[in-house]
Formats: sequence, C-alpha cells, structure tokens
Amino acid sequence: MRLETKKLSFRYHTRREWVLKDLDFSVEKGECIGLSAPSGSGKSTLALLLAGYLKPVRGEIQIDGKPLPQGGICPVQLIYQHPEQAVDPRWRLRKVLEESGQIREDILDSLGIERAWMDRFPRELSGGELQRFCVARALMSGADFLVCDEISTMLDVITQAQIWSVVCAEAQKRDMGIVVITHNQCLAKRLCSRIYELPSYGGNYLQTGTNI
Amino acid sequence: MKRDKNRWNKRTKVLILTVMLTVVLLFIYMIGLLIPGEAAGTDLRHAGQAPSWAHLFGTDNLGRDLLMRSLKGLSVSMTVGIAASCISAVIAILVGIAAAIGSRHVDGVVNWIIDLMMGIPHTVLIILISFSLGRGLRGVLAGIAATHWTSLARLIRGEVLQLRSQHYIAVSRRLGKTSGWIMIHHMLPHLAPQFTVGLILMFPHAILHEASISFLGYGLPPEQPAIGIILAESMRYLSAGMWWMAVLPGLMLVVIVLMIDRMGENLRKVIDPCSAQE
Repeated sequence: MRLETKKLSFRYHTRREWVLKDLDFSVEKGECIGLSAPSGSGKSTLALLLAGYLKPVRGEIQIDGKPLPQGGICPVQLIYQHPEQAVDPRWRLRKVLEESGQIREDILDSLGIERAWMDRFPRELSGGELQRFCVARALMSGADFLVCDEISTMLDVITQAQIWSVVCAEAQKRDMGIVVITHNQCLAKRLCSRIYELPSYGGNYLQTGTNI
Repeated sequence: MKRDKNRWNKRTKVLILTVMLTVVLLFIYMIGLLIPGEAAGTDLRHAGQAPSWAHLFGTDNLGRDLLMRSLKGLSVSMTVGIAASCISAVIAILVGIAAAIGSRHVDGVVNWIIDLMMGIPHTVLIILISFSLGRGLRGVLAGIAATHWTSLARLIRGEVLQLRSQHYIAVSRRLGKTSGWIMIHHMLPHLAPQFTVGLILMFPHAILHEASISFLGYGLPPEQPAIGIILAESMRYLSAGMWWMAVLPGLMLVVIVLMIDRMGENLRKVIDPCSAQE
C-alpha cells in the first residue's frame, strides 16, 4: 500500500502564490518518513491535504492509485498540532474516544491515559493529556497512514518519548505508514528511515502576503 | 458571618431568581386559565366602580371585574405570544442552519429576506399578515411567527458558520461521520444555549406585539378578554375619568413583560460564558 501525491499543487486563494507546486511525495506502508522545511513553507498544508482536510487545487493524492475515499473512515488520519482545537469542548473525553469507532484498552494503557480522565471535559486536562487522547483516537480508528503534524512539540521530553514509542510500536504491529512533521532534527533522525526536504515556495508566499 | 454572606455565589442567586420568576409567571398563567367565565361576568349594578377591596382593579363599564379580566387576558396573550415565539424559533433554527450549510445562493437569498423583514416595521407587517388571514387567533399567530425569527436566525447562522470551521468538526468528518450525525452530536449542543435564550427573549416581544395588534383591532376578536382588547375598550372611558381601566391592566402587562425579559437575561448570564463575569 502506498500513499502518494502526484504533481500536487495548492494555494489558499486563486490570487495568492502557490504554497505547494508540482509536489511528488510518497509513503509506503510500514515506512516512517520525516518532513522538514522552514516555517511557512507548507508542511502543515501538506499534512491537511494528505489527510483529506483540504482538496488539491491541481494534481492528485492517491492510495494505491485510487483517490482518497470521500465517505467512511479516512485511511489517512491526521494528528494535529493543537489538541485543544481537535476535541469538542462540550464533550466528555470518553465520547471523544468513542468517536473513533472502538475503544482499545491496550492503547489507552500504553499511552498512560487514566480512566478518571475519561469522564472529564477537555478544559479540565492539560495540553499533553489531551494530545494523548488525540493520538489514541487516531490509532484506534484503524487508519493505515498517520500524519503527525508537530504532535509532540508542546510536551515534555519524557511524554514525547512515551507517545512516540506507543505510536511506533503500534505502527510496526499494524504495518502503518507514518509521516512525521517536526522541527526537531534529532527526533526526526531517531524515528524516520528517510527525511524529505520540502522545496520552498514559502518565501515567495510570505513576501506577497506582507504587501497586501 | 463572612461565610454566611458568601454562601450563595452570583450564579446561585441568579438561578434562584430565575426559578422564582418562572414560578410567579406560571402561577399567573394558571390562574388566568382556571378562572371561570362568570368571575368576569357582567354585573351592571357595579358598573364603572373605582378600585376597592371588593374589586382590586375596579370594574369596567359593564361591571366586569377588571382584575379577573386582566388575568384572563394576560394568559390569553401569553399563550399566543409563547406559541408564536416557538413557531418563530423553529423557523429561525431551520433557516439559520440552511443558510450556514447551504450553497452561497441559499445564504444570499436568506440574508436578503432577513434584511427585508428587518427593514419593515414589525407592527405594519403583522397587521398586513393578520388582516390578509382574516384576523382572529390564526392571523395574529401567523403574523407574529412570520416576523420574529429574523434576528435569531442570523445569530444561529453565524454560530453554525463558526462551528463549521472548527478543527474537531473536520476530524469528525474524517472519522467517517455523516453531516446529520455531526449536526446532532457536535452542533446542536453548541446551539442549544443561544437558542433557548433567544427563544425566551422573544416571548416579551411577541406578547407586546399581540397586545398592540389586538389594541389596534387587527388581532383577536372583541369578545375575547385579551389585554389589547381591554386597553382598547378603556380608551373610550378615559375621558369619563375611569383611569383604572387603562392604567392597571396596562401596568400588569408591562410587569409581566419585564419579568419574562429579566428571566431571559438571567438565563443568558447563567448559560452564556461571555457574560459569566458580569
């Protein structure tokens, strides 16, 4: 199984510069790929595109030669930079986890999610604790690919290590493909089999942005 | 001593006040419904009496007890107002959601209609609708229901638009949830407080409009003891010095409307996080 982009181009508005242009990128199942580039060069945009949150302006995103399915659980799941924006503030966290379709106790245990947290509201937990829920939700959804957009930036080092070891163990067990977006070079080198440098159109984009 | 003073925080006080207002309003409403017709029957021997212990609000030109008649009138007005507001609120939520999740054209048309409705004075529009539907209960209900949904619809449209751009809604969609599921589980819980407060704050408007339309003679029929009818009748006897016929029922209407308004405002304070610090 292979997740790939073919001549992928994207811009947020027809009068803006391209954020991504003719990008060819691919992840194999069972592979862990790092994605690094300076700020504002479209890493997060690529993450949103890969997981189907945004539609490409030109080009295609395919899984095994077929486009991403429109309905049903998306086989590419995104874990977001800001966990507090990724959970409904009016839901108890048990419901947040149930939204993924199933609850697997082993994942909850390995992520160190305490059962008492399940009956709380998101604002009653810290960012790190919430991020574990988001990771758990993405893993439990049964996705084949995981896009991790700076998921451990706000965590302390021990929690970072814990979360990544769970993600990697689960990925190995289920032969998942992982895209790791991070500024932390050491983390990328440790986790990934190869690191992909995004060609930069960002400078161009920023320049026109300031003129407006 | 100090602990006693702080035992009830602001939230508790507001809640108690709201519950008390609700109870009083329900009480008045029930009394109005339960009063038998004879209590406000004609008794020409006591026609045109000023307020006394026997008749607290005095009697009108036909000797009907004005307190009883006012209570009955208020409960009629409240029924009409509340029913019309509920219909209006349902229209508001449907239209608001349709505008927010429909295409750009739907949004455009809805906004145009809202602007149009807001541009015409409510009273004029209600008179037109009520008159064209043959007045009476049906005319007033339709008139009020058709005019009061605009501001709530606009509020709900904005709220849904904001919710739609939230990341957790997008996550939900990528987890295979349908639009209907997202609407029920993610959006409606967020809309409920705005909707409830909007609905309750609509009651006083609707009640006042019902009274004014009946007063002008385009609403409920004259034989119904609606508060607008009572006020309209009193106008003819004001010059004869029968001030109580206008002042007391009018005052009662104002008090009721203010009470409902205060109830809505309090509920908003409890529910709406933006005003929680006030």
